[in-house]
Formats: sequence, structure tokens, C-alpha cells
Amino acid sequence: MLDLLSGFVGELRNAGLPVSLTENLDAMEAVKHIPIEDRDAFKYALAATLVKNEQHWRAFETVFEVYFSLRGPEYNVGDEEGNGEFDPDNLEEWMSQQMQGMGGRGGGQDMSPEEIAEMLFRALLNADEAMMAAMARAAVTQFAGMEPGRPVGGTYYLYRTLRNLDLDGMLDRLIEESSQRYDGEMTPLAERLEREEFENRIEQLKREIEAEIRRRLVADRGVEAMAKTLRKPLPEDVDFMHASREEMANIRKAIQPLTRKLAARLARKRKHKRRGPLDFRATVRRSLSYGGVPAEPRFRHPRPNKPELIVVADISGSVAAFARFTLHLVYALQNQFSKVRSFVFIDGIDEVTHMFQNEEDITNAVHRVNTEADVVWVDGHSDYGHAFGVFWENFGKDVNAKSTMMFLGDARNNYHSTNAWVLKECQKRARSVFWLNPEPRSYWDTGDSVITEYSTYTDGVFECRNLRQLEGFVDNLA
Amino acid sequence: MNETMFGDLSGVREGLAKVEYLADDGIASVVFLAERLGKPVLIEGPAGTGKTELAKSVAAMSGARLIRLQCYEGLDEAKALYEWNYKKQLLRIQADRGVDAEHEDWVELQDDIFQDEFLLTRPLLEAISAQDKVVLLIDEVDRVEIETEALLLEILSDYQVSIPELGTIMASQIPLVFLTSNNTRELSEALKRRCLFLHIDYPDLEREKQIVLTKVAGISENLAEQIARVVRSIRQLELKKAPSVSETLDWARTLVLLGIENIDVEQAKETLHILLKYQSDIEKAAKELTVEA
Repeated sequence: MLDLLSGFVGELRNAGLPVSLTENLDAMEAVKHIPIEDRDAFKYALAATLVKNEQHWRAFETVFEVYFSLRGPEYNVGDEEGNGEFDPDNLEEWMSQQMQGMGGRGGGQDMSPEEIAEMLFRALLNADEAMMAAMARAAVTQFAGMEPGRPVGGTYYLYRTLRNLDLDGMLDRLIEESSQRYDGEMTPLAERLEREEFENRIEQLKREIEAEIRRRLVADRGVEAMAKTLRKPLPEDVDFMHASREEMANIRKAIQPLTRKLAARLARKRKHKRRGPLDFRATVRRSLSYGGVPAEPRFRHPRPNKPELIVVADISGSVAAFARFTLHLVYALQNQFSKVRSFVFIDGIDEVTHMFQNEEDITNAVHRVNTEADVVWVDGHSDYGHAFGVFWENFGKDVNAKSTMMFLGDARNNYHSTNAWVLKECQKRARSVFWLNPEPRSYWDTGDSVITEYSTYTDGVFECRNLRQLEGFVDNLA
Repeated sequence: MNETMFGDLSGVREGLAKVEYLADDGIASVVFLAERLGKPVLIEGPAGTGKTELAKSVAAMSGARLIRLQCYEGLDEAKALYEWNYKKQLLRIQADRGVDAEHEDWVELQDDIFQDEFLLTRPLLEAISAQDKVVLLIDEVDRVEIETEALLLEILSDYQVSIPELGTIMASQIPLVFLTSNNTRELSEALKRRCLFLHIDYPDLEREKQIVLTKVAGISENLAEQIARVVRSIRQLELKKAPSVSETLDWARTLVLLGIENIDVEQAKETLHILLKYQSDIEKAAKELTVEA
């Protein structure tokens, strides 16, 4: 057990999860109290002790599934369906038993694709989970065409299986069927709900199929190899530039707390100096309760100094993916700071503060910025120099000792003049100037990137390609 | 707290169900482990999914006293741990002077005024020094500053409080500790390391339905099912604030009061403001429910 757990923890660490020694010990302590046959409880016990961040849950689950999928019989950690049906021969037998139970439909040995589809349809319609799981297995056997030792990823098999099942068609059929049950008198709302229910079940089926493929791959290639191929970056390590839709949604969720933290950091100084000058009146008033002895001096509260933020963001094509994120960041910042002014530029620059201010919905706001902001001056290719020049001319006077400036962009200037003096002026006037660059550090100053020239006049340029780095930036800001 | 407080895993579930808290496997396992290992539980999750409720239910189920510390920005040790009642101490010094000012012995006096008598216990110290069974709930721990978090560490790992003038106060019994967080900021590693971690998300369809059935009197199974489905549908939209479980319950009660048995679009739209609290969200959901259907 000990070896098993430490192997598991090692795998978690490989996947990037921070697991400390004490957590490891806790996990070992915890599993002692858990009935070992209870796979779910076992999993939750490990999760509660080892995973301290909800966003890591998925990574944990994957590792868990891979790591413990085959250990079932060996260590008696596994539910009953985990007993040896990774072996295709047994599977067939097991399947046919199931089939018999269903009223003897077919021998189960060689089910035709139509039969599988039909049974799957029934299972989905009646939300029969055991049947769905069984059909997922049958479908994988039938369609995935898995060959031992073939060096392709699980996604390939998944794709093959799903293509043959035609789940979209299945969904339509399901809805048709269920609306017939209602004698065609379904309200639109009911229909919508019904559709969602089926979509949900199909989603579940997909997960089932995926798990099945994974189990077989593990059986074929062994745990360590599988765990390696399934390793995905944790949410905080996902590159903004190459984030998928789903990953982007996760990133967006994480931004909110970060901006709050940023606001707290920037406002921190006023907190630490909590005491202002002596408040004489209040002290005398207080002293009355001690017979005129001023035992408890009172102080004035210092006037809170409200941080102002000026965000200048590049939204040109070269940083398109980052720009999407940037806009979300700006929107979130706007909710945290009393005074935020936001500017976007490509080769022209435009203030977009008002677009974020009166907009409740972030998607609308982003859409408005992308369509309405007047950021193209000549040809719509980045021209930092011109944009900064115009910025200084029009808004330079608004930069003062209270403002913190944040520039977001890759500093790829298309060989235009840099106008770095704008930053120099800004730095003279503003409280601080930061630059966040979405490019890997190794790309800086290659080609038309002029980041170093700008960086001379900032209080720091930070590589900001993923949430971890953004968080690091916020943390270091004291 | 004795070893057999909960019996086994299913005991936890049943116990919680008795006090009308429907726990899923994850919740039950973690509560069970917390008691067995004597470790605090850090509960995270969106607002209104029953984090605080869990602590209350565990207290109710085990018949323990619930001590609650509500966290807020600016919470300090005087309000969380203990405080010397210095006014009383001052009085004590003055009273001494009146009697025999001549024979004042400073050391004696110092020993005298730093006594339990002059100590004001605050929730954390109270939980540690309690003789009866207690459940300590530290609510919304993410609201305190990161520096204040450190206050909790000694209590959470060793169940003791060190008071410089008095020495260390050890817990006579290990209280069950629940910390809740809305995840508005990342908690420190040190704190997380000391806790079991439990993430409570919005319940799935079946559990939400059961919750509605348990908590709302006189609701039919059919209606509960519909409610759960509509709520799930709304949660899938991109909203500022997704409906929480408590809002689902409010909505269910409203529908029961209105005598509605089958939800149609019109009724749903009219009562949306109970589920959603932002005007923009309400509009969006109303639009979604009409258009796509």
C-alpha cells in the first residue's frame, strides 16, 4: 500500500500538482480509516488530503483513474465492474450475460452496429446507467479498432468510436421519441429541458467511452506510459496564446480573485500605516473614563489614498488571443478599482473606459470594444510609437502621482519608431509603470520586438503567459 | 470527542440526512475523515451551496455546540483569539493602591493581573478551552488578510493557543473545525496544508431534486424534478451569478405557494427574479428561455 501511494503521489507531482510531505503522510493516515473496498471513498480520501485546489481536481481524477484502474483486483480497490473485464474475452462473456438479463436480445457475440445503436438508444432514453456503461464497452470493442502496441493517442480511438455512433443523430431521435411520449404536447420549455437532459446523458456516455478506452490503453501500455501521455497542463499553466475555449473559460473565472488581490496590493500601503496624527479631542474625551488620565490615545484615520489605474492594452492581431484575455482582465479590474481608465490601441489609440463602465455583460463589452473602438490609424498593424505619441498628447496630463500604469502587449512594433520617451515621461509622473508581455522571454527582442527599449523606463517588465505568472506578478507587487 | 462519534461512513450520511442535510459521497467521506484524523476541513465553493450549512448540520447531528467566527477584513487577534481586559486590570491596580500602597510588590501584582480572570476569550480560544463538544466554524476565511491568516495556524495544527503571559493553553478535546471560503483569493499554502480540502459545487440534478424535496414542504416530485432541470439549464448560461441552492429553494417555495404544478415559460419568467439577482442576468435568462425553446 505504501509503495502504491508513494507511486501515486509521485505521479501527481509529475502532473504538476504541488503535494507536500505532510500531505502525503496525511493521505496515508487517511486511507487507514477508509474501508478499502469503497473505491469512491478511497478516491475522496486521497483528494481531500492531496488536492488543495479545486482547479486541480481534473488532473487528479485523470491520474487516479489511470493509476488505480488496473490495480483493482490486485489490491482489492475497485468496484465489482472492475474485475478483469479489461480482457476482451471475458468482456464478451460478461456482455452476453448482461444481454440475457435484458431479455435475450441477441447473443452479444457479434452485435451489428445497428444493434449497438439501438440498445444504446434504449439505454439513453431510460437513463439506464449500467446499460450505458455496458454499451460504451461494446462500442469501444466494435468501433475503436484498438490494436495492442499501436502508438496512437486515446483521442484517436475516441474519435473513431464516436464517429460510428453518430450521437447527434441519436440526440434527435431521442427527442423525437420523448415528444411522442408526451403525445406531441410538449411545451417549448419542457422540450428544451428534455433536450438538455439527453445532452447530459450523452455527455456521460462520452465520458464512459473515454474511460473505457483509457482503461484498455493502460492495460496495453502500462500505467507510467499512460500517465505521461495523458498529462495536461494545469489551468494555471495554460498559455493564454494557445488556450482552448474551455481553458479560456477557466482562466476567466480565475481572473476575478486575482484582480481583487491586485487591488489589495496596490492599496496596501494605506492599510499598514493605519494611524494618522494624534486626535486630541477624542483622546481627551476618552480620558474621562479613566478619571482624566489619557490612558488611551486616539489617532486620526489617515485619508485613504485611492489607487488609480491606467491600462494601455495592445489588441492587434499578433496578440489576438492575449487581447481577449486582456480585455477580460481590464473589465475585472474596472470592478475593483474606483478609478480605472482603459485604452486600447493597434496603431491608433482610443479610450474604452466608458464601454466597460456601463456594461453589465462582459461579452457585450468585449464586442463593443472590438467593433466600436477607433484603434486603426493607417493600416491596422501595430504601431506602438504612434499610439503612445497620441496617448501622451491627449491623455498625458491625466497621468499623476496617484496613477499606476499597466501596459499590456508584445512590443512588436513593425519597425516603426518607438517613441520610448512617452514611457519615460509616464514613469516620471506616475507612481509606477509596469509592462506585461505575453511572449516567452526567449522571444523578446527578436525580430521587431523592442521590449528592452521600453523596459528601461518601466518599473518592471513581466512575462505573462499564464495564470501562474500573472499571479506571480500580483504577488510581487508590494 | 471519542472515536466512535460517527460509526462509519454511511453513519455520517444518515446522520446528516436526519438533520436535513443531503451529503454526497465526497462530503460524507471528508466529514468522516475529519473526525477520524482530527483535522480541520477547508470548504470551498460558490456562494450558497451549503458550506456554512454543513458545519451547522454536523453540529446539530453530533449534538455539539457551534462556535462561529465570522471573518472580515481587519479581523485581528483581539477579536479572534483573546484579549486582556485591561480596563479591569487598571481597576485592579488602582484598587490595590487604595488598600496598601506601601507594600506593593510589582511581581505579585503582575502575576495577579495576568490571570484567567482578566482574560476575555474570543471564539477561537473559547473553542479550544471548551469542556463540552464543540464544532468551530470559521466562516469566510478568505476575507481576512493574508497576514491574519497566520493567527489560525497554531490552532489548526496543534489545537493550542499560546498566550505570552500565561503560557500555552492546550485543547482538552479536539474540536471539529470547518473553515469556509468563497475563493475570492487564494489561501496560503500553510493553511491549506493543515486542512482537509473539500470543494462543494452546485449539486447535480438528482441531488438538487432531493434537496428540494426534503426542504420544501408539500412539493410534488414532478415539480421538484422540473425545478431542478430549469435551474440546471439556467446555470449553464454565462451569468454574473448563477442561482445557488438557497435560491433554488426560495424559488421552489414560491412556486408551491403560487400553486403551480407545471412550470411554463411565462411563469418561469415572472418568477425569475427569485433565482437571479442581477437585472442583466434576469433579462438574459428570460431571453434564453423564450428564444431557444
